[in-house]
Amino acid sequence: MSQLDELEDQSVYIFREAYRHFKQLCMLWSIGKDSTVMLWLARKAFFGHVPFPLVHIDTSYKIPEMIAYRDRLAREWRLQMIVGQNREALADGMNHTRGRLTCCRALKTEALRQTLSGEGPRMRMMPDGEYAEETEPEPFTGVIVGARADEEGSRSKERYFSPRNHANDWDIADQPPELWNQYKTDFAPGTHVRIHPLLDWTEINIWEYIERERIPIIDLYFDRGSGRRYRSLGCEPCTGSIESCARTPGEIVVELRRTNTAERAGRAQDNEAAYAMEKLRREGYM
Amino acid sequence: MQASDARDGAGPDDGAAIRETMNIVIVGHVDHGKSTLVGRLLADTGTLPKGKLESVKATCDRTGKVFEYAFLLDALEAEQDQGITIDAARVFFRTDRRDYIIIDAPGHIEFLKNMVTGAARAEAAILLIDAAEGVQENSRRHGYLLAMLGIRQVVVVVNKMDLVGYSRDAFVDIAQEYRRFLAEIDVTPQHIIPVSARAGELITGASAQMPWYDGPAVLEAIDAFEKQPARHDLPLRVPVQDVYKWGHRGDDRRIVAGRVESGRVRVGDEVLFSPSGKRSRIASIEGFNLPAPPQEVVAGRSTGVTLTEQLYVERGEIMSHVDHPPSVGSGLRVKLFWLGRKPMTRGRSYKLKLATAETAVSIAAIHRVLDASELGSSTGKDRVERHDVADLELHARKPVALDLAHEIEGTSRFVIVDGFDIAGGGIVSEVFDGPALGQAARDASALRRARLGHPATLVLIAGDPEAPELRDLGRALERRLLDGGHHAYAALGLSHGAARALLDAGLVIITIDDADAPALHAAAEELRDAALARVVVDGEPGPEDISIQTGAGAPPVEQLLVALAERGRLRS
Repeated sequence: MSQLDELEDQSVYIFREAYRHFKQLCMLWSIGKDSTVMLWLARKAFFGHVPFPLVHIDTSYKIPEMIAYRDRLAREWRLQMIVGQNREALADGMNHTRGRLTCCRALKTEALRQTLSGEGPRMRMMPDGEYAEETEPEPFTGVIVGARADEEGSRSKERYFSPRNHANDWDIADQPPELWNQYKTDFAPGTHVRIHPLLDWTEINIWEYIERERIPIIDLYFDRGSGRRYRSLGCEPCTGSIESCARTPGEIVVELRRTNTAERAGRAQDNEAAYAMEKLRREGYM
Repeated sequence: MQASDARDGAGPDDGAAIRETMNIVIVGHVDHGKSTLVGRLLADTGTLPKGKLESVKATCDRTGKVFEYAFLLDALEAEQDQGITIDAARVFFRTDRRDYIIIDAPGHIEFLKNMVTGAARAEAAILLIDAAEGVQENSRRHGYLLAMLGIRQVVVVVNKMDLVGYSRDAFVDIAQEYRRFLAEIDVTPQHIIPVSARAGELITGASAQMPWYDGPAVLEAIDAFEKQPARHDLPLRVPVQDVYKWGHRGDDRRIVAGRVESGRVRVGDEVLFSPSGKRSRIASIEGFNLPAPPQEVVAGRSTGVTLTEQLYVERGEIMSHVDHPPSVGSGLRVKLFWLGRKPMTRGRSYKLKLATAETAVSIAAIHRVLDASELGSSTGKDRVERHDVADLELHARKPVALDLAHEIEGTSRFVIVDGFDIAGGGIVSEVFDGPALGQAARDASALRRARLGHPATLVLIAGDPEAPELRDLGRALERRLLDGGHHAYAALGLSHGAARALLDAGLVIITIDDADAPALHAAAEELRDAALARVVVDGEPGPEDISIQTGAGAPPVEQLLVALAERGRLRS
């Protein structure tokens, strides 16, 4: 059995546990490579179906191709698509010039919290492919997230099933034990559980799998003639591209084997302050 | 393997380029230098991503700390403040031989559940001991837990040799003491290596400071670990995770989904589901984005099958071949470690999760509670406290399909959920009340007794079965016992056979008959654990009789209850 098979099997197992134990289950889809691989793994787990809604937090500053790609795939694969947004902060003119962490907190962390709890607006894709606001949204109790342990320090502390209290707080010092294939699937009212099927995957694994499975990943990751490509996707003002001529997943794998630069080096908010990511994650950042 | 072998055109370096990965856990007492060792391994082998070392150093500068290798792992603010690892950080690491995921498990006793979490994922372990402090409480506790978690490959590293002047004698003392301890729990370390992680001695190569040591350095020892043999050749076990029938977009497949824990299964195989005992044949093996429908699926794979019959099977059952079924039982002899803040006690119900099965369990018997640090057993203890290791008998409310720890690991491991939290884990060493054991009958009556919580007793009230005051007493006793959770049954005119059957069923029988009714005396004597309690009301009692006075004092039924409790015939 190859390593990719092992990773796939473990992720599929986690998906099925999540689907079995959480009635109000959703999956965060950022349109990036990791959560798109995760979406593919969900189809593996459920034999071509995706039996829960996908949630995308739209900061309104995303690279425009990302939104077009999201809606195209959602229609093609008949996904239950939900889009959340912090409308108040946007109406107030929130943007990264007010401080990157401040902006992330408002447009990602807070938007996510509101969308998951149902306090904020949820736009749901209708059968005709158009979005309409969901009436009486219910809080999600299980949220599938594409975090990988190798991304940066704080993510390596995660469990596959990781409880969060009502305020989305992550108590790192007091996490439940996770033994063999037994996860925390019992939870108190008012709490929810984050589920991490990709925890053991590395960036290279992700690309190897995209190549093996021929997953239709968004082409912002590839050099389209300019000699530059994105290694990590986020909001347009805060995401830098890298110099690279890689045009296929296979070429990216070759490139990654040679590089020694951290994956999120192009993500400005990480470098903003000491322990920036950890702070964001404790507050509920993906 | 249905997916990757069959797929063609996956690129020239697919397969060849995909390297072997191994999970390793590093455990040891707090402050014995685990994070430093890992940080050193990363730095010395050039595995760190560019910028990581610099960024941690920069963070230290900004926050006014002196850089330590441990900070590479303890990347979290809280940890750097306290100087201890809170959780099992995962670190990716590579050598020429393969890729590693190193799980750095916290040594502080408060975080034992995190250590166990890390170790449960590992295929091999490095156990770290401080040369200056020697074998400590957690050195022993961790050694014991590794053995229970099923980790057979262990290397012991004696760190901080620089603090004892790289002394060979100091090393040999510790090595001998710890080797002796590990031998008691059937663990044989592959190597015991003296190192200084801080100074980089014997991490990646020979040490000029310790020329007397001729074994491998840490890196060589890690590379010498072997991958666990594949479980393809064991009997087939597929714990049913779920049954899907989507029923839309033209998909009418009814798919039994699960992960193959061991063995292999082919289309056409006859399979058995336990505990339900239902049988069918594999009609197809299902998947998504596979080049061709698979004919076989092997251990490790998450899969799904359709059956030739439309069976109602449920999550929690185990699919096997017909000739090698798992054991089924509701009495489980287990080894267990407890992590819950609240102790595990008798009379409380817990949730057992084993493979995909879930059922309520309670303690039927406590055989031994081990203080893991000292490995001294305390047999008198009637509860299992936090960080204890125990040998218990559990009673499950419904039968569970499982294997024993020495047979198939994946279907012998379980966790115990208390409230909303996983509070303990363990392995099954014996199962009864099932077809697996020949002594099922004997075990069944022990199990009944455990389930009912009281011994079988025949309360023989000596006198005339028609006397109203005796009948009132009998009925009052029956009612009181039932209210107290006993299985009581009041009956008149019992034959020997009836009395014997009721006692064998574990009941407290109340009857009124001649004081020396020989048939009833015989019935009670024939059964182990059953007893006769002869009651004399307002009469001349024999030496063994319970004497009840209806005059002054407590009502007769209260006197009777007290007397039965004193004789140990009631629920404790």
